[in-house]
Amino acid sequence: MDFLAKLEKVDRRIIYLIITVAVVLPFFFRMGLPITISPEVKSVYDYIDGLTPSDCVFISGDYDPQVDAELSPMFDAIVRHCFEKNVKVIVANVFNLQGIGLVEPRLKKLAEEYHKVYGVDYAFLGWKIGGSLLIMGMGESFKKTWETDYYGTRLGDMPITRNIRNYDDISLVADLTGGGAYNAWIVYAYVQYHQKIAAGITAVMAADAYPQLQAGQLIGLLGGLRGAAEYEQLIKHPALGSVGMEAQSWAHIAIILFIILGNIGYYAVKRKNKK
Amino acid sequence: MHWSTDIWVWIAVFFTLSVYTFLWKDNPLYKFAESVTVGIGMGFGVVQWWNLSVVDRFWVPLTTRGTIGLVLIIPAIMGLMMVTRIVPRFAWMSRYALAFSIGAGSGFMLPRAIQASILQQLYATMLPINISWTGLMVNLFIVVGTLAGLIYFFFSKEHKGVFGGIANIGIWFLMVGFGATFGYTVMARLSLLIGRVLFILRDFLGMHLF
Amino acid sequence: MFWKKKVPLLIVFIMGFVMAVQYFVPSDFSKKFYDTYIDWAIVIGIFGGVLGFFSFFRVHIHKVSKQAPNWQFSLISILCALLMIIAALLGGRGSGSLFMKLFLYTSAAINATVFSLLAFYISSAAYRAFRARSTQALALLLAAVIMMLGRVPIGDSISFWTAWGWPSINEISQWILNVPNLAAKRAIILGVGLGSLLMSLKIILGIERTYLGSE
Repeated sequence: MDFLAKLEKVDRRIIYLIITVAVVLPFFFRMGLPITISPEVKSVYDYIDGLTPSDCVFISGDYDPQVDAELSPMFDAIVRHCFEKNVKVIVANVFNLQGIGLVEPRLKKLAEEYHKVYGVDYAFLGWKIGGSLLIMGMGESFKKTWETDYYGTRLGDMPITRNIRNYDDISLVADLTGGGAYNAWIVYAYVQYHQKIAAGITAVMAADAYPQLQAGQLIGLLGGLRGAAEYEQLIKHPALGSVGMEAQSWAHIAIILFIILGNIGYYAVKRKNKK
Repeated sequence: MHWSTDIWVWIAVFFTLSVYTFLWKDNPLYKFAESVTVGIGMGFGVVQWWNLSVVDRFWVPLTTRGTIGLVLIIPAIMGLMMVTRIVPRFAWMSRYALAFSIGAGSGFMLPRAIQASILQQLYATMLPINISWTGLMVNLFIVVGTLAGLIYFFFSKEHKGVFGGIANIGIWFLMVGFGATFGYTVMARLSLLIGRVLFILRDFLGMHLF
Repeated sequence: MFWKKKVPLLIVFIMGFVMAVQYFVPSDFSKKFYDTYIDWAIVIGIFGGVLGFFSFFRVHIHKVSKQAPNWQFSLISILCALLMIIAALLGGRGSGSLFMKLFLYTSAAINATVFSLLAFYISSAAYRAFRARSTQALALLLAAVIMMLGRVPIGDSISFWTAWGWPSINEISQWILNVPNLAAKRAIILGVGLGSLLMSLKIILGIERTYLGSE
């Protein structure tokens, strides 16, 4: 009984150590656990898979370094899929200035890997101040809203953006966000312009997006590292998301054990105090 | 395993470990990392703001769109009025720019938010309930859960009797919803740690992971 | 009073009313108005950025000049900000530039690590604070545990009961997300939606005035 009561008072550093081991060790001893695909991820995949080279996907990297680990694997997977299908890709950071530093090098690297030409197959617009105003503006005049790309080239001077007038010429907006940016896309792009939107969001926000998904405001949803892992499985290119899933599994087991032990300790102390 | 020879990776590892020292206790190494990220982040912001917004989004149209571009001087003056907040004596002038943006923003949001957050969500709740697996286990739960949750948030009437009973059902739904969010939150936080571990193992120690 | 308060309130009312009506009146004039508003609001926002940068430098320069506790760290922040500006001026802002590398390998790495600390804190919190004190708390706890197991690959591997035709833990977690969670979050969305609707109305009608600041 005393031992159980002591469970209440375990030093926090021991907990930290256990969680570190639970995260690090699976990288050395891998079990190859299969990743099941959820319908919300599959629908994003199916939509992009059905696009043709004349289509254009607009990806907004609305996230900062804090959530890079969850969202950059999604970014890689979606861009890879588009490049494999020869779909044109326009990347921007509508809501997040720091996202520039995260997506620009990744986009360039992926473009090199797939031999894509800047300005023809893909473009990077970076960030402009405005947030929701940019979303509204894109519905009226894409070129006027952005004026130039990240490198200062006028949008009218690049083949990929020359003929984009508004959302009519964008097949899908994929918003990758660590906040509620996807809601702004729904309010300003979906409601007014009926733009198709897919959201890639951090796991913290993922449970909150299911009402929008069921209401058809989102065509699909990638939630957290798991969402990225599923997408990687679908495009048959396992990367950061898939490789992190085993560590994620064992860390979750550790946390569940913490919850069980913590509760045993709590009830042991409660019973002891009653006596 | 091949240790990275890239000095930048070593710098990133140094800062990563510096931040982790905070797990033991607050210390100058952590504070140093903190002040570096604040400064670098601000510098990054200033540069991008200047190039992408001031130059590309204001200066370029102002100088290339002719008369239409010149009209942008009006919002520019309003923008400068916003800056008067720096000087307390003239801070009231910023109210004009704020009033323009906040007023228009509120009016703009009104019909669109009704559509997105209320009407379309209500339409999606009007589901057929029949004697089938989907009708009962999915649709009925969604309809009852949404109504009960809404009733729980209705505080103008005391939660007693039938009303209180329905509100209580709402609490159960909300608890399950918060549980789902908590489970996902644990997942999110661990993913961030996995991200740093992956950086050290892959980029620094050169482990082949995929 | 008139210029400092009444005129701004009038501007809010006119702009709010016109922009709300604009949605229902699809004419060329309304489209033009909408377009101009977006253009202008973006330009106003650009100048708003100055406020953020100004307050950063003011706070840190003040700390350094007064030699307040830990002023050295403020100095480091100022120097780092200046370093970024110089790096951009000398080597540009594209990938591979000093500017981008400084951001990626210092600021981005630090920020990502600071947030990863939360993994340790949430583990500790799960151990110390996540208690089944009531049946409703137990429901929350069970939903969380099912989610934690159902959203990772190991969840399917331990679902031995699927052999008897019962749903796997992954399927149960999917049902939780799609049904009770959806209902709960929808109730919240509807509540928030109605709340923001009222807030917009209060702003337009001049009832809510906190954005005006103090006198």
